[in-house]
Amino acid sequence: MATTRVLEWLGRFYIGLLLAFLYLPIIIMALMSFNVSPFYQLPFEWTTEWYASLWQNDQLIAATWNSVEIAVITTVICVVLGSAASLALYRYEFRGKKFLQALLFPPIAIPWLITGTAMLIFFFGVGIGRGLHAILLGHVALALPYVIVVVSARLQTFAPELEEAARSLGANQWQVTRRVTLPWIMPGVIAGGLFAFAVSFDQFVVSYFLATPGQTTLPVEIYAAIRKGFTPEINAVSTIIIVVSMALMLLTARFFKFGGEK
Amino acid sequence: MAGVQVSDVSRSFGAHKALDNVSIDFADGGFYALLGPSGSGKTTLLRQIAGFDFPDSGRITIGGESVERVPVEKRRIGMVFQNYALFPNMSVADNVAFGLSVRGEAKAVIATEVQRALDLVQLGKLGGRRPHQLSGGQRQRVALARAIVTKPRVLLLDEPLGALDKALRVDMQIELKRIQREIGITTIFVTHDQEEALTMSDRIGILRDGRLVQEGPPEEIYDRPKSEFAATFLGDANIFRGDSTGDGIRLADGTAIAAGVGAKLAAGAKASCAVRPERIRIARDAGTPDGNANMLKGQVSKRIFAGSNSTYFVERAGQTLKVIVQNTGMERLAEGQDVVLRWSPESTVLIAAN
Repeated sequence: MATTRVLEWLGRFYIGLLLAFLYLPIIIMALMSFNVSPFYQLPFEWTTEWYASLWQNDQLIAATWNSVEIAVITTVICVVLGSAASLALYRYEFRGKKFLQALLFPPIAIPWLITGTAMLIFFFGVGIGRGLHAILLGHVALALPYVIVVVSARLQTFAPELEEAARSLGANQWQVTRRVTLPWIMPGVIAGGLFAFAVSFDQFVVSYFLATPGQTTLPVEIYAAIRKGFTPEINAVSTIIIVVSMALMLLTARFFKFGGEK
Repeated sequence: MAGVQVSDVSRSFGAHKALDNVSIDFADGGFYALLGPSGSGKTTLLRQIAGFDFPDSGRITIGGESVERVPVEKRRIGMVFQNYALFPNMSVADNVAFGLSVRGEAKAVIATEVQRALDLVQLGKLGGRRPHQLSGGQRQRVALARAIVTKPRVLLLDEPLGALDKALRVDMQIELKRIQREIGITTIFVTHDQEEALTMSDRIGILRDGRLVQEGPPEEIYDRPKSEFAATFLGDANIFRGDSTGDGIRLADGTAIAAGVGAKLAAGAKASCAVRPERIRIARDAGTPDGNANMLKGQVSKRIFAGSNSTYFVERAGQTLKVIVQNTGMERLAEGQDVVLRWSPESTVLIAAN
């Protein structure tokens, strides 16, 4: 009895440590975005000054909108192409299928620094150059394997008899996909979409290489701002982003039970 | 409704011949069982009839119309799958409505038809449930309602009762048969359960290694099997092997066994006789001689009591014979007891050696 209680407390302590490790830096940053002192000085004095000055910082706001726009477009493209590719890999047998599936993993493992360099050189070589369009292309290429891997994993749990049953009831290929297969893989599609969004929105390395000075994304802009001299506006914009993205995650988790069978 | 003709259908997967020149005529409104061990080709045959897979050669017609190259969604068949394959994202009513809805039927028509189908399978009140809220037997009924609501020409069932426990299976057998009679639909039913095939179907086709071994009404196949395989796969049988005497066989030790039914074979050919265990009478001694009955002496090696009957295993010349005796309150024979076995030639089927 005594040992189980000790173990239970150890477990709780471990979880507490883990959560602190994950969230403490973020919480401190969020608090400091409301502190008067720009140098993390205590005592804590409440202010919304940094949010007000963020509102004036056109460069940061422009970069934020660029990031959101690129992340949304990347998500849409990757979800559509990735789900279609997963369905094709699931339904059809063809030569080189195994090889093709194996080829999906290296892009996830190759360091982004290397991918970014390679993309920069390649895009220059073929005349795509740099800019937001190049960043978008790069992000789609980076995020697509994640969607395919996640949706394919979901499809592994799909019973092929469901498609057969639908066909035996007179449904054509499109009706089968829309009414039976897609509803089943939807949690995977949502999860894959969140991955794609995160890969794009968090992306620094590849964006840094492919951005032009005036047209850039938020992580690149934050990096540039920190190099010039840190201001709590960065804390403010980061806090806003954290709140919005956590709200999004919680909402999706609420509506789609990930990993749930039913 | 419509009959189904399968003519000379063959289908290979690589080097494996899953179906080898199979021909069966499924008459309109009949209830057929395709029976065979796993790998016998029964499911492959059902999938050819359904249209999930196309034969390499041969013809399949439904209601006289040639369909061997028509895909499943255009064949107007109804199918029930082994694991039911209910759509998990839809309610029971939406599952049943699916076939009508993809055909673009009006909402009001769909609602009426769905309710009628659910009433038919006695699930009229459960339309709002989700499949995972139902028991196995209820899912089975939903799958059946979904398959018949579109008024298909043929109903195909792929081991539909395989996932149910025994008591429920017997209930569903009766239920399935009732519904089939009520709507009068041609039904083809794949099973590896011989009891299911015997109790439910008007005709049985036995398959083995992609070939049709024998086809006919259950009584005929049971009473007059044409091969050792058919005799032992559908029910239990004692098999004696020897040389044909024209109206029976002679065993290696010279004992003659008279056969009253079965194949007509020339004397001297290799042949077998099959006798059902319940047709053999077992006794302590010969008693009053019985003119034309077959008679063998042996020794009881084992007795298994099963309530309504007992099974005796009798050793005789290196062969173990099985005898089933109804529990009528008669004396039970002990293990080790010398016994006399007797059965009539009419219970003995002469079979050509494979």
